[in-house]
Amino acid sequence: MSLDTVKNAEQTPDAAQPWAELGLKEDEYARIREILGRRPTGAELAMYSVMWSEHCSYKSSKVHLKQFGEKAPKNDAMLVGIGENAGVVDVGQGYAVTFKVESHNHPSYIEPYQGAATGIGGIVRDILAMGARPVAVMDPLRFGAADHPDTRRVLPGIVAGIGGYGNCLGLPNIGGEVVFDSCYQGNPLVNALCVGVMKHEDIHLAKASGPGNKVILYGARTGGDGIGGVSVLASETFDDTKPTKRPAVQVGDPFQEKLLIECTLEIFREDLVAGIQDLGGAGLSCATSELASAGTGGMRIELDTVPLRDHTLSPEEILMSESQERMCAIVEPGKVDRFLEICEKWDVIATVIGEVTDGERLEIFWHGDLVVDVPPRTVAHEGPTYHRPYARPDWQDALQLDAPTAERLARPGTGAELKDALLKVAGSPNQASKAWITDQYDRFVLGNTVLSHPEDSGMIRIDEETNLGVSVATDGNGRYTKLDPYTGAQLALAEAYRNVAAGGAKPLAVSDCLNFGSPEDPDVMWQFAEATRGLADACQVLGTPVTGGNVSLYNQTGEVAIHPTPVVAVLGVIDDVTRRTPIAFGEQGQLLYLLGDTADELGGSAWSQVVHNHLGGLPPKVDLQREKLLGDILIAASRDGMVDAAHDLSDGGLAQALVESCLKGGNGARVVVPEGLDPFVFLFSESAGRAVVAVPRSEELRFNDMCGARGLPATRIGVVDGDALEVQGQFTVTLAELHEAHTGVIEALLA
Amino acid sequence: MTTRVGVVTFPGSLDDRDAQRAVRLAGAEPVALWHRDKDLHQVDAVVLPGGFSYGDYLRCGAISRFSPVMDTIIEQAKLGMPVLGICNGFQVLCESHLLPGALTRNDSLHFICRDQKLRIENAETAWTRDYSAGQEITVPLKNGEGRFVADERVLDALEAEGRIVARYLDVNPNGSYRDIAGITNAAGNVVGLMPHPEHAVEELTGPTTEGLGFFTSVLKQLVNA
Repeated sequence: MSLDTVKNAEQTPDAAQPWAELGLKEDEYARIREILGRRPTGAELAMYSVMWSEHCSYKSSKVHLKQFGEKAPKNDAMLVGIGENAGVVDVGQGYAVTFKVESHNHPSYIEPYQGAATGIGGIVRDILAMGARPVAVMDPLRFGAADHPDTRRVLPGIVAGIGGYGNCLGLPNIGGEVVFDSCYQGNPLVNALCVGVMKHEDIHLAKASGPGNKVILYGARTGGDGIGGVSVLASETFDDTKPTKRPAVQVGDPFQEKLLIECTLEIFREDLVAGIQDLGGAGLSCATSELASAGTGGMRIELDTVPLRDHTLSPEEILMSESQERMCAIVEPGKVDRFLEICEKWDVIATVIGEVTDGERLEIFWHGDLVVDVPPRTVAHEGPTYHRPYARPDWQDALQLDAPTAERLARPGTGAELKDALLKVAGSPNQASKAWITDQYDRFVLGNTVLSHPEDSGMIRIDEETNLGVSVATDGNGRYTKLDPYTGAQLALAEAYRNVAAGGAKPLAVSDCLNFGSPEDPDVMWQFAEATRGLADACQVLGTPVTGGNVSLYNQTGEVAIHPTPVVAVLGVIDDVTRRTPIAFGEQGQLLYLLGDTADELGGSAWSQVVHNHLGGLPPKVDLQREKLLGDILIAASRDGMVDAAHDLSDGGLAQALVESCLKGGNGARVVVPEGLDPFVFLFSESAGRAVVAVPRSEELRFNDMCGARGLPATRIGVVDGDALEVQGQFTVTLAELHEAHTGVIEALLA
Repeated sequence: MTTRVGVVTFPGSLDDRDAQRAVRLAGAEPVALWHRDKDLHQVDAVVLPGGFSYGDYLRCGAISRFSPVMDTIIEQAKLGMPVLGICNGFQVLCESHLLPGALTRNDSLHFICRDQKLRIENAETAWTRDYSAGQEITVPLKNGEGRFVADERVLDALEAEGRIVARYLDVNPNGSYRDIAGITNAAGNVVGLMPHPEHAVEELTGPTTEGLGFFTSVLKQLVNA
């Protein structure tokens, strides 16, 4: 194929172009021609197609996402907001923290190991590009039914990929989720989160300014992997009539990434970059167009200087390649030598591939011929915007009317039946111990992990002298969100907020990964609109702004979409990590208090799923003021040493929380059902805004006074005692029985 | 004068800063050593830390073993300098032939991260003097290729000469022959250990502080020497 230069494009206006194959719609192609005043060259078409894909341009979602900015609560801690690689939050003592959660769903279904591995790699580079040292990762994961044969293919590969990449990179994996539900059968969700730490003065932004500054590409050589990953893979539904898409999945090299991290941090320390961007989705197309459009606009690239793994690659392929472990820096001419020297020290290949110009066009040359000549903003930011039609699904009412009432779903009545239900829930794949998975991740490396799975949140010390720390929790409940997307999204935020507070940290900011079906389906689009509205409203009330995240659409196979699954990550700060509160009931004799109100709320509950395979009714109600109050109490109690253990109540209700806290601490508990409460509702309701805490006897008075003064219901429900969980007058179950039910479940299903 | 303990950073070393912290908490001065630099900068002892040097893409430790710094370390180790190899560092020591045997893929074929109980078998090496023989400790273990293997003759010799430094208790996490978690050379100055004592030096971040003894041991050894 001969080279398609700008000159050639001008001379052959009617040449047929593969815009449809590259995922562009007819009107989008027409718009590109209008912008350029001619047909695009092959290289330009490649760039527009990847940058205007759903994944990169958020064309279906951005009309809804803008609420996160419009409704953002005032928060003095925000240093960098939405729009950069990741948001940055002030955590005090001169430190800033950046964090973000992203999806790598489609690649991980096609090639589980590499898909999940490069998901980690990508999010880590986003954090690094902000100027931060990455300090921890987390993985919220969702799979099809635990006993489905394909889960056995997908899950071990994904877990090995996360471990293989993250462990080799030297980042502790401190939390996340593992959820099974048949709705994720053909569309597992692999979300990845990274947290990074820096000093305020180290914040770096992705922009190319200063004509004459050099553009340096460094890291791995560019290969043919991941070509069209974002446009072809992430922005279309799977269809088994088409050829396999495996070549569109990238291949990761964690060792190269580790070198890239250390090399980049050394470059930052010597203040050698004027702007920096990682190469992820859409590769060089994205990095050059985003850097240029965030700067003064002009950039000139000699594409043939890009180091290649495969010398047969065409300019189009080089621009679209999503080869991993690459970064692009803008460097003043006087600092280039030192920059290259540091790269050499770390055995990292670095090449000057172009420079910032004083023009307003991004010009890319291939052996001297101009193959791209575009206004960079039109590539990076002026992609199409869709106002997709949406409407409340006609099945929504019937779903909500199918409430799990006692008449409809048989409830356990006797002590023996309650015990049986408790063991069933504790031993179900979603509630069982995930140790088989999390033990494949290094949680110790870097030596600052204070809390990790199965705690409510992951906590990292960031200063060894002052014990300043941060914590993160991720949560999402697709079942709740299916029943009511507005409330479901708020519940996800409320749970993550509660989890952070339960550990003793003050929630500061939010990152979200919005996993949904096809935006071309009005039902799905309604779910998306409702969930984003719910989340934005709740962030406003809780005072925790959304700092960034991503949207993953087209998570559906044929007509069947996944449950709408907004995954919400909350970042919190704790002044002294030695005051953190774990979930374990560590000391016998301590008093157990249930905080919050318990109502008959079983819609979408773990019990209804495990025992009746039922999904219907309404999810638990959300009271954000109550969540805030509960959070304040948990943080104060932790800081002042009034509680020694705290566990948030969510899936599986109080029963599941007691099981986990007893097993973690190796101590039993004696519990009394409060007067006026049905034992079943007491144990299995999933009412929000609740936690169970263990209070040392010496602190009881002070703790009660605090709750009373602040108006938070606190009910004494029992005591840490013995080696069994006893619900008085109902049943007793030994720790050995609980252990037997709760552990070994996942490995037994996957063996 | 403070004792100086060098910690080598190879490309892909991960627990180097952790080893430095452990050295510091033990009361010595950690000194960062770079793989390309033959100079040991007057250190009194060396730790080869955990990680995935060179990505472990070839045999673990097989490339690091040829780095310039290792030439000097091998030379000094033979002259009696205390050297502790943790995890990937243990693999480097085996590849360097400072220790016998090899570390292969875990029998489960999975990476495993857990709190591991060990029994200190030899409390007379440069790195274990602060323990007592038979003492049981719990420290983190995290490896994908931690299965110690050697032929019967070598294993018998290690046993006979008391060169098994630590054994796994309760669970053998990786299928190591004879539950071996760590070994020493005949002189007792070079120790290789698969579990990670440097991650058990603070209440806050480790399951125990029982790993600190490895680092205080070498201090005493050097002060007494």
